[in-house]
Amino acid sequence: MARLSGLQREVLSLYRRCLREIRKKPIETRQKFKIYARTEFQRHVEMSKKDFNAIEYLLRKGHRQLETYSSPEIRNIR
Amino acid sequence: MSALRSTSRLFAASKPLFRPAVFARTYATVDPVAQVSATGHATTSVTPESKTSTVQEPTPSEQPRIKKFQVYRWNPDTPSEKPQMQTYELDLNKTGPMMLDALIRIKNEIDPTLTFRRSCREGICGSCAMNIDGVNTLACLCRIPTDTAKDSRIYPLPHTYVVKDLVPDLTYFYKQYKSIKPYLQRDTPTEDGLEYRQSPEERKKLDGLYECILCACCSTSCPSYWWNSEEYLGPAILMQSYRWMADSRDEKTAERKAALDNSMSVYRCHTILNCSRTCPKGLNPARAIAEIKKMMAAH
Repeated sequence: MARLSGLQREVLSLYRRCLREIRKKPIETRQKFKIYARTEFQRHVEMSKKDFNAIEYLLRKGHRQLETYSSPEIRNIR
Repeated sequence: MSALRSTSRLFAASKPLFRPAVFARTYATVDPVAQVSATGHATTSVTPESKTSTVQEPTPSEQPRIKKFQVYRWNPDTPSEKPQMQTYELDLNKTGPMMLDALIRIKNEIDPTLTFRRSCREGICGSCAMNIDGVNTLACLCRIPTDTAKDSRIYPLPHTYVVKDLVPDLTYFYKQYKSIKPYLQRDTPTEDGLEYRQSPEERKKLDGLYECILCACCSTSCPSYWWNSEEYLGPAILMQSYRWMADSRDEKTAERKAALDNSMSVYRCHTILNCSRTCPKGLNPARAIAEIKKMMAAH
């Protein structure tokens, strides 16, 4: 695999953090969280990798979403 | 509040015969004029729509003063599109005097997708802080320049992440505000167990500090804050920090000073004074920072 840029690694690490957070959710709803996280990433998969501003914005948004969803009170997602 | 008031008027008007005028008074209204109008409504009959003066379309004014407004637009739903300036034209004869009136009119009549924060429209809430013609200010306190030859340019606050159009992301600003513990810290009760009292002189020290509405105009105008916004607290937060250090009732002054005692929190202020120049409330954050520096040097 080619060497990844810093931004690409940041995106991957955000995805990894999402998956780790999902493991703290109850086992019945984990799959739903997984699908949700995946679709959120998938939605912008077409993004040009040179569009740094947009990617940085999406990263910030992703971190914010992760922070919200990782609170232990949230146990399910539609 | 205005919604409350209008419903109470309606209520008062619906039962005029059985209620003396004294009880028809509206919430939070003490002037007798309001009483008259509240009861007066009931006796006047409703004018049919065809006889009102607003039945026709509003005619264009004789000598329109068309002014162009260039507004920063960016939509987070399409992040790959670049931010752009959109131009709107308004007739100043039909627009209120303030920038916020123009923005609200654009949103109401031309482009409902334009997004901005606003609330009190009188410089009390600090929601509508934005960069207008190169100066950070509150849109509700900024008059529209009557020179129609020049375009007005409206941007969100500089060096902030944009949520959408003119809405800046102030999360970090508020986090910093939280970090200075902006509340009274005190362990010893007063002698008589009643409220913490202040002499008028001690109270005077807080004038020019407590009026700050945290609109973030000053902080986002500070070049030093642009480059070090992670660690430097910025003029608005430092002024609030000083507000609690100067408070005679607060007992944790030493702790507050210790929390600021590092190279970043205060000492990134290089007395550029953009903060005092831009403050829409006419406060002087630079003076408060200087006072903090003095306190830190004195101990």
